Amino acid sequence: MAHVYTPGLKVSEISIIHKRRILPLKGEVLVKVGDTVGPDDVVARTFLPGRVEIYNAAGILGVAPKELPDFMLKHVGDWVESGETFAESKGFFGLIKTQVKAKFRSRIESISELTGQVILRGEPIPVEIRAYVKGRVVEIIPEEGVVVETVGAFVQGIFGVGGERNGKLSIAVSTPNEPLDEHRINESHKGMIVVGGSYVTASCIKKAFAVGVKGIITGGLDDQDLRDFLGYDIGVAITGHEDIPTTIIVTEGFGNLPMATRTFELLKKYDGALVSINGATQIRAGVIRPEIIIPRENFTPEDLKKIKEKETGNPGLFVGAIVRVIRAPYFGRIARVTSLPPELQMLETESKTRVLEAEFLDDGTRAIIPRANVELFED
Amino acid sequence: MMKSEDINIILATDCGSTTTKAILIKKINDEYRLIVRGEAPTTVEAPFEDVTMGVLNAVSEVSELSGWKLINENGELIRPTRDSAGCDIYISTSSAGGGLQMMVAGVVRTMTAESAERAALGAGAIVMDVIASNDKRLPHEQIERIRQLRPDMILLSGGVDGGTTTHVAELAELIRAANPRPRLGIAYKLPVIYAGNKDAREEISKVLSDKVDLFVVDNIRPVLELENLGPAREKIHDLFMEHVMAQAPGYKKLMSWTDAPIMPTPGAVGLIMKMVADLEGIEIVGVDIGGATTDVFSVFKGIFNRTVSANLGMSYSISNVFTEAGLENIMRWVPFDIDSRELRNRIKNKMIRPTTIPQTLEELIIEQAIAREAIRLAFIQHKAFATTLKGVQRVKTVAEAFEQEATLTLVNMLSLNMIIGSGGILSHAPRRNQAAMMLLDAFQPEGITRLAVDSIFMMPQLGVLSTIHPKAAKEVFDKDCLIHLGTSIVPVGLEKEGKEILKYTINFEDGRSEKGILKFGEMRVYELGVGNKATVTLEPARGFDIGQGKGKKIENEKVYGGVVGIIFDGRGRPLKLPEDKGLRISKLKEWFRIMNLYPESSLL
Repeated sequence: MAHVYTPGLKVSEISIIHKRRILPLKGEVLVKVGDTVGPDDVVARTFLPGRVEIYNAAGILGVAPKELPDFMLKHVGDWVESGETFAESKGFFGLIKTQVKAKFRSRIESISELTGQVILRGEPIPVEIRAYVKGRVVEIIPEEGVVVETVGAFVQGIFGVGGERNGKLSIAVSTPNEPLDEHRINESHKGMIVVGGSYVTASCIKKAFAVGVKGIITGGLDDQDLRDFLGYDIGVAITGHEDIPTTIIVTEGFGNLPMATRTFELLKKYDGALVSINGATQIRAGVIRPEIIIPRENFTPEDLKKIKEKETGNPGLFVGAIVRVIRAPYFGRIARVTSLPPELQMLETESKTRVLEAEFLDDGTRAIIPRANVELFED
Repeated sequence: MMKSEDINIILATDCGSTTTKAILIKKINDEYRLIVRGEAPTTVEAPFEDVTMGVLNAVSEVSELSGWKLINENGELIRPTRDSAGCDIYISTSSAGGGLQMMVAGVVRTMTAESAERAALGAGAIVMDVIASNDKRLPHEQIERIRQLRPDMILLSGGVDGGTTTHVAELAELIRAANPRPRLGIAYKLPVIYAGNKDAREEISKVLSDKVDLFVVDNIRPVLELENLGPAREKIHDLFMEHVMAQAPGYKKLMSWTDAPIMPTPGAVGLIMKMVADLEGIEIVGVDIGGATTDVFSVFKGIFNRTVSANLGMSYSISNVFTEAGLENIMRWVPFDIDSRELRNRIKNKMIRPTTIPQTLEELIIEQAIAREAIRLAFIQHKAFATTLKGVQRVKTVAEAFEQEATLTLVNMLSLNMIIGSGGILSHAPRRNQAAMMLLDAFQPEGITRLAVDSIFMMPQLGVLSTIHPKAAKEVFDKDCLIHLGTSIVPVGLEKEGKEILKYTINFEDGRSEKGILKFGEMRVYELGVGNKATVTLEPARGFDIGQGKGKKIENEKVYGGVVGIIFDGRGRPLKLPEDKGLRISKLKEWFRIMNLYPESSLL
């Protein structure tokens, strides 16, 4: 095969990050190239078409659709207030008139002589796009949005729920093996992004919601707890729109899984820094992983040079590479690749596949693992 | 394009959402045969954003494996064949970039809207939503929904020819008010196909033509008793090429390479299945279980149907299978215990890391249990959809037609001749017997049914090939596409465990014969190799049906061999597993042993 892909998540101390901030419909861009923006600054704005309400006016008035225009008090393009009559029957001798009233302030969009329907559209709904990350505007897409650039640490999680949030990072555990329980969260965490270790308990999530924690970053999470606090099961991995007060990002997976030391140490280094996070995850077609962005100001030209070097490409699997096993029976363990036998090997399942031999970093034992079941740490 | 008899080398690709698969077909001794297949990751998404890169990578692999040069120094396909290099025709299907996503609308949910849905599904689309005048949503909710969806195109139907025009015009007004935007490409107008009452064409055009790109085709339901899906399907295919594909990265180039229009993958599968069913006069059910979706295809009484269960799959959607089937239904196929919290986590971990494979037998058994449930649920949806036209079967008057409730499904398990499975979990099962058992448990075939898997999912390429070279498509389908697993023989009925339900005699071609009595709750397997046939005489017990009616004997019926053989399944229909856990596990182990599903060590 021309390419071999090893799924890997980025854990990078310094990266140049570009964020496209695009309106759902054409609108107005409010910033210009070179502007410095904060995460909550509005960079573009537009109006979505208002809510539509259809009135079967001819039916209500008891007239033929063709005759409807004769009974209209308002015409296409006119605004009507909530409760205002816009069509009316003649009644008996001008009495007992049947009226059609607008349910909310709206504008007459069409009057159909074919169906007898009148379509009213409410006021446009304003939509604003924020910068999301602290950084600099580097590109304007006219009428659509901007690209914000920031230089900083960049960590991808494996799964998340909840959308874009920002706040100060607070490391609430001392090692990546410690679970995050409710005793480690207090009022001082309000508005913050809290980092735990191996696991976040259900009661901790509940407390975080109550306190007003903006985000939780954890190694593992129990699916049953996720179901309990969302109130439903996530069937397909498309997330980010959950109506929850706290965004949750899982770095390793489901279950009790210590956060990778490298990830933990990186986050720990930036304890107290302003970070932007997004739990949005989409695993199908155009993979989106949850992300943690820590904008940095104190970087040197050498740091930037390192980025350039790193961007030269993914080397794929190689002997000596550090990998994480992402499937039972060694799920979550970190290992160093010791050999990459080219021939297919038979697994316990009797399936023949390409494998690697690896040595686990924690106890030095070795194992044969399908190549499909490891991921490379990218840095 | 050259004359079909002059075509010697055929190259075909299927650009899937994750993998692009290429096959090379050659004419050898006047017969077309598959030579080799290759694959490479699809390159529609960033950073590549050019589908042809993946195509060339897959074709390069085919070249390397076959030693037949197909690409020149400039990175172009060599055509036609010359000097032991190149191909005579090149064709492709595509489901990359999310495939074809449609919204359909019709006046009555179970009538014109359902016909529109059938047309779209048959053309290979994913139907994002069905809007109907009577779908119980308020107009503003429908408008909001249409606006959110951003489909590739809309199929609008409604009314019989000469009937009332008001309702379908109302639907058009709804679409106009929503002002829907296409998924790909900001610059072009959304294509809308109108396939409703011909008397409403002018009105529909008045309402919609300035807002959308409107195309008018013949009514899909010209009269209540007739469904006319062809013109709408053809239009969908044309627009898929001209509008949808043209917007996807690299497709303009790919379209310039192909000798036949690029088809949506499932639409092409439908073509080949229909062709085979028609040629052989058989009834077929096919399933393609993927990571995100499960497609079920069927041809009964010559009518082709396809359904897509959008959220039933083995990786991206695996968690949804768990949610919809429930823990108990999944675990009933597993001969050991596992903590439910642990199982939930494992399933979610597969969802977030979809490319992993089971390393242990325990994991394999659990995945195959989930596959049974995904297929079972997808097949339930298919049976509910693949029906005779609603409102017309016993119709005497139009009013009566409207009163009629859900009608009979076309799916008849007793008359079904063949089940074809495809998708990684079935095609790559370490033992073919596992695929056979998954098909048996999920579909629960009745009577005599052949089982097969499409080992490399070649049906899409063969489907599009059938449009320009039916002979080549049929020959490769017969010889190289399917791996025949064998024939299942299943008496329909229920009895107490251990009671005799079927007497049988098998006469093999070599003169051997086997006689036996199948008891309720029992399975038996007889070897009968690929390409071999045998005849069976089957005498069901009273209350059991093997295809001719309860208690009625079948004599000298031909059965076909395969890598598994002849499977007698005496577990009864509908299949019910013992409620007692211990008993269930012991029965599962017994069946697994007889079917030789897993290494003995896993069943101790």
